[in-house]
Amino acid sequence: MSAARPERFSFRVNGAEHTLEADGDTPLLDVLRNTLGLKGTRFGCGNDECGACFVLVDGHALASCATPLWAVGGKSVTTVEGLGRPEAPHALQRAFIAEQAAQCGYCTSGMLISAAALLARSPRPSEEEVRRALDRNLCRCGSYNRIVRAVMRASGEATA
Amino acid sequence: MSGVAAAAPLPTSLHGNRRLAQWLRFRAGGYVEVLSGKVEIGQGILTALAQIAAEELDVSLAQVRMLAASTATSPDEGFTSGSLSIQDSGTALRLACAEARAIFLAAAADRLGVAADSLAVVDGVIAGAGGAQTSYWALADAVLLDRDATGRVAPKGAAAHRIVGTPVTRLDLPDKIFGNACYIHDLELPRMLHGRVLRPPAADATLTDLDDAEVRALSGVVAVVRDGSLLGVIAESESVADSALKKLAAGANWRQGASLPDVASMATWLKAQVANTSIVDSKIATSSRPVARTLKASYTRPYLAHGSIGPSCALAQLDASGLRVWTHSQGIFNLRRDLALTLGLADGSIVVQHVQGAGCYGHNGADDVAFDAAFLARAAGGVPVRVQWSRADELAWAPFGPAMAVDLEADLDETHAVVGWRHAIWSNGHTSRPGGARSPAFLGAWHLATPFERLSAINPPVARGGGAERNAIPPYAFPAWQIVNHHVTAMPLRTSALRSLGAYANVFAIESFLDELAAALGENPVGFRLRHLEDRRARAVIERAAIRAGWNQWRKREGAGHGVGFARYKNAGAYCAVVAEVEAEAEIRVRRLTIAVDAGLVVNPDGVANQIEGGAIQATSWTLKEAVHFDRERVTSDRWEAYPILRCSETPEVDVDIVSRPDCPAVGVGEAAQGPTAAAIANAVFDALGIRVRDLPLTAERIRAAIDRAIG
Repeated sequence: MSAARPERFSFRVNGAEHTLEADGDTPLLDVLRNTLGLKGTRFGCGNDECGACFVLVDGHALASCATPLWAVGGKSVTTVEGLGRPEAPHALQRAFIAEQAAQCGYCTSGMLISAAALLARSPRPSEEEVRRALDRNLCRCGSYNRIVRAVMRASGEATA
Repeated sequence: MSGVAAAAPLPTSLHGNRRLAQWLRFRAGGYVEVLSGKVEIGQGILTALAQIAAEELDVSLAQVRMLAASTATSPDEGFTSGSLSIQDSGTALRLACAEARAIFLAAAADRLGVAADSLAVVDGVIAGAGGAQTSYWALADAVLLDRDATGRVAPKGAAAHRIVGTPVTRLDLPDKIFGNACYIHDLELPRMLHGRVLRPPAADATLTDLDDAEVRALSGVVAVVRDGSLLGVIAESESVADSALKKLAAGANWRQGASLPDVASMATWLKAQVANTSIVDSKIATSSRPVARTLKASYTRPYLAHGSIGPSCALAQLDASGLRVWTHSQGIFNLRRDLALTLGLADGSIVVQHVQGAGCYGHNGADDVAFDAAFLARAAGGVPVRVQWSRADELAWAPFGPAMAVDLEADLDETHAVVGWRHAIWSNGHTSRPGGARSPAFLGAWHLATPFERLSAINPPVARGGGAERNAIPPYAFPAWQIVNHHVTAMPLRTSALRSLGAYANVFAIESFLDELAAALGENPVGFRLRHLEDRRARAVIERAAIRAGWNQWRKREGAGHGVGFARYKNAGAYCAVVAEVEAEAEIRVRRLTIAVDAGLVVNPDGVANQIEGGAIQATSWTLKEAVHFDRERVTSDRWEAYPILRCSETPEVDVDIVSRPDCPAVGVGEAAQGPTAAAIANAVFDALGIRVRDLPLTAERIRAAIDRAIG
């Protein structure tokens, strides 16, 4: 590998503008967790196969482990921390708590991101659409059905 | 109201950790700190234990703070495993809290000048007649609890429960849902460095030579650390550590050792090995009836991976004050023992602190990575080193649940009654957890220049549920049986505890075979089971699952089937019956699982439902899709594409019915559903296709092969 020359990249994360000097090939996940200290986006596989590290990039759910920094230049990134906070939770976060839709919770951030992308493009999805939208997110504890119920509940609330 | 009970033997956890102050302390700030030796592994245990403490102390749940376990402060309760935390820690905490409450009531009575039995406690406020009152917090005095538990204060009866038995939202979930830094992966310590360990390119390989000049020259690399075939790198950042690891791999030469067996014929391999054979149980009929015919069948399961979504991770720091390790291990004291053994340190110079990891389903890489971190920390000049395994490390190098072969035979007399039953198992041992053996259980310890002995996995004692032989004794009232375990000690792939241990394969085999018997005799599988069951709790879960699933209303249709499976976990724990409904298309789709579970007294009904649902869905994944793949050199299923697990759109509807038995002892539920789910699915596949598949997983290829055999 040639010594990478740091370049300058500007992008928005959860509404805040960031400008970083870094190797453009650095995975976005590394930047989020280790440079910006946003630990809510989890490392799962490093290969876009599990969904644990999903973030929204201009509204699309993407694997941040497989998204190089250069690819988000000028774009807007939303992580789980940007969806909502305990004092102002996203409808999905409220619904995940109401449905107790997790066991270990390690897949939860990615599930919330995929679900948020779905609800943004399809506010009243069918259960089948929800399941399809979550199919790139692996859960090992077997919480899928609770997660689906939480997404259905949130979609109802968001448009009620 | 608590009363004084006759002195009974203390439960194990309390017997081993008698000081009440080891379990709880009241704080002047108006809360109680509760210490348990059991750890949160995604199962919600800390919430259930907090409920138990709040119940016995008469405080609110919000006034309980569960502390993370540490060898410096917590009671030693061994491993968080075997679905025993409610029994072990729950029972100990219930008694310790009941006794603490009585001690504080006596102190309050002294202070207030009233009789202790005139006092009541609400949310920690201790009040008597005429407005006299104090509180745990006002009396908070460590000296009061600096005494041994006697076990003489009886906890509340079930009828008095107001928190235990009610569904409570998990205390740990908000952090996880808001993306807070709650996992060990998120822990950042001052001046922390990042380490990686290079795993060998084959299951058995020796590092012969290494050119690491380029790695050492990399900016940000702090050290390359090698001891024999154990090779790692320490760097200032994760990204440098990752790229350094790639360069290390390129500069390393290995000599391959022993080759692996043929993955396609593991049962043959297992049966050909030298084994330690033991009789698990045998029963001789009081009157022998002549055998009219004998049915036989052979079942197998493959090696299974734990496959946690978060790879194993640990931090370690070695300085003049000793070694500190942060880990998501299931057994912090056991880990400490093996760290001391491997590193030549005294137990007392090591502190092991638990930090939550991703979901844990048995002995995964958590202990291995803790040793990796400690190994690298020795070369880090006193600063902490964080090591995170890769996905490939996790899927290829963490211990596996062992491959198993199970042969069953049943003798029928001329009236079609079962008069004899034989069950034979071939398997590696089901645990190689740290802390209990003469040689440490760490992967890295096998690769040192002076390697530690590679001990073969063992089985826990039968009295504690066994390992390979778990649930091998049938729950049915057959007049005679012989249960044999052939413990294979040659261990080409490292095996250890995976959720439910041998119960998964044994229940799959027994309950499949029972269906084969019922089919051979033309009997209804539910009726056949009930006819052979005497235990009313066993009968009740089968009856309830069958009614709820509409078993008798089932309308047979092309390509669809239903099946039932039942077990009582470890023959002593939770009763669980599952009815599966499947559709057989290009592959098997499980549409619905209807489950009845009896776990005695239930602490958190939603926690029980969540564990049963999760266990059933994970077992559906094992049963339909999962098998560790390997060639003659190495494990090849080292990424999710090569080790597929169940996805959201493939997940069946799961309906859980909890049979409430508040007067029966509480037992765990994390492992109750796995065996019955596998069997119910296999039986439903048979119902749908008329084809019996006896080798897991039930993939499209396996089913096609079974059809070919049936036709051929």
